[in-house]
Amino acid sequence: MMKLRTIAHARAGDKGNLVNISVFAYRDEDYALLADRVTEERVSELFREHITRPVTRYCVPNLCGLNFVLQRRPTDSVTRSLCLDAHGKSLSSLMLSMEI
Amino acid sequence: MKKIRIGAGAGFSGDRIEPAVELAEKGHLDFLVFECLAERTVALSQLRKREDPNAGFDPLLGERMHAVLPACRRNGVRVISNMGAANPRAAARETIGIAKRLGLHGLRVACIEGDDVLHLKHAFRPFDDQPLPADTTIISSNAYLGADAVAEVLDRGADVVLVGRVADPSLFLGALIHAFGWNTESWESMGQGTAVGHLLECAGQLTGGYFADPGYKDVPDLDRLGFPLAEVSEDGSALLTKVEGSGGLITLQTCREQILYEVLNPSSYITPDVVADFTEVRFDQQTPGAMRVSGAKGKPRPQDYKVSIGIDDGLIAEGQISYAGPGALARAELARQILEKRLAQIGAEDLRIDLIGLSSMHGMPADWPAPYEVRLRAAARFKREIDARHLTREVESLYLNGPAAGAGVTFAVRQNIAIVPALIAREFVTPSISMEVA
Repeated sequence: MMKLRTIAHARAGDKGNLVNISVFAYRDEDYALLADRVTEERVSELFREHITRPVTRYCVPNLCGLNFVLQRRPTDSVTRSLCLDAHGKSLSSLMLSMEI
Repeated sequence: MKKIRIGAGAGFSGDRIEPAVELAEKGHLDFLVFECLAERTVALSQLRKREDPNAGFDPLLGERMHAVLPACRRNGVRVISNMGAANPRAAARETIGIAKRLGLHGLRVACIEGDDVLHLKHAFRPFDDQPLPADTTIISSNAYLGADAVAEVLDRGADVVLVGRVADPSLFLGALIHAFGWNTESWESMGQGTAVGHLLECAGQLTGGYFADPGYKDVPDLDRLGFPLAEVSEDGSALLTKVEGSGGLITLQTCREQILYEVLNPSSYITPDVVADFTEVRFDQQTPGAMRVSGAKGKPRPQDYKVSIGIDDGLIAEGQISYAGPGALARAELARQILEKRLAQIGAEDLRIDLIGLSSMHGMPADWPAPYEVRLRAAARFKREIDARHLTREVESLYLNGPAAGAGVTFAVRQNIAIVPALIAREFVTPSISMEVA
């Protein structure tokens, strides 16, 4: 077991109450492992406190990356949220804490 | 083959100014773009304009223009920015005044209006499944205009272009359409130009900002981060680079993270100009400081403009207090219980109590050591100011009436403006251009 952080990097962005988290393998040869382990099910489980429906995953093999879209509560849009992290910018760090 | 050099001078309204000066002086640029308008900013600017018809543009416009215009004039760099916010005309007038004081006579300053669609509320339609807000709560409504208007104003010879709500990548794409004479229905050019604009629009986020993670992703000289520029070819491919000697870096990692930043479906990135497809984008490192980008595609643009509606969302009150040393967490927990009981009565919506240093970002972690210090934060929404002040008083009262050694209370009550998206058919919206000479 190791943390996702050892083989991948990530960035979070926001659009309304949607957050996207992109995850990329540092080494191209690790993309297959990434695609195999970082599934919609596991990411939905990791983010269960933050989302209102299961996450959607888009695979971008050309960039050795996965893009996850998370839907937060309507009151958790960037302009309404009471969270200290209204944007969800810190959520990429939660993603990288996943054990793989 | 003709090449155009276009730089990113700001990625948000409060961004650093000296990287833009560095680009204007040493970037050998044709265009310098300042993206300074967040979703909510235009609504706040609208409120300022209501109080003063000469206000409502970016508060840092004067400082930025003073800093960059002399070098831009000297080096033939044309400026494009959404610092017009809710009042592009007043922003242009202000810029003319600055140009005159700087002795930059003959500078042509233009503005684009028409994004303000508040009077067209009847024509709004819901975006996805999100209901339209009640009429009475609406403060502002701005359509995201596209690159065509930016290209047209450059065609007319503007040296400085000030706009309000224009889609961020369109600020860059407009310059490319103007420079290369691209057909705006050449979807591949629109897609590739949008990819370049999207990579540049957050400025330092391409060159090592929002990226460093010591030991994993190290970035040199973040304290003097250089902002990016793209040398774009007529086929839409581009070399991404920055001023030599500036801080930061451009690597496969920074580029990959930024091409998918704020992107939902990577094969359908929707702008007013095109539905761009980033799935086939290629990054090829040319030299340590230069990355070639190519391969973005495009599909026909949407029929509608997206509208950003600013609404009055009531008040948000927030208060914080810290506990430290042995038992800090238990005392913060006790303070939480006290607040929950005391605040149950006062009509707070969505009361939220966080323990900063432990659970404020991702919820309570499993198996984590108790922190040496904890900061309790309470936040809630209110309709009435008197109730909002009640929350802040309750947090402050924890000094005298709460657990031992509570310290460092801060609190604030603010009016909140929220953003609701909508759609409007293109035929209702007409961008208009005006130009003045300093």
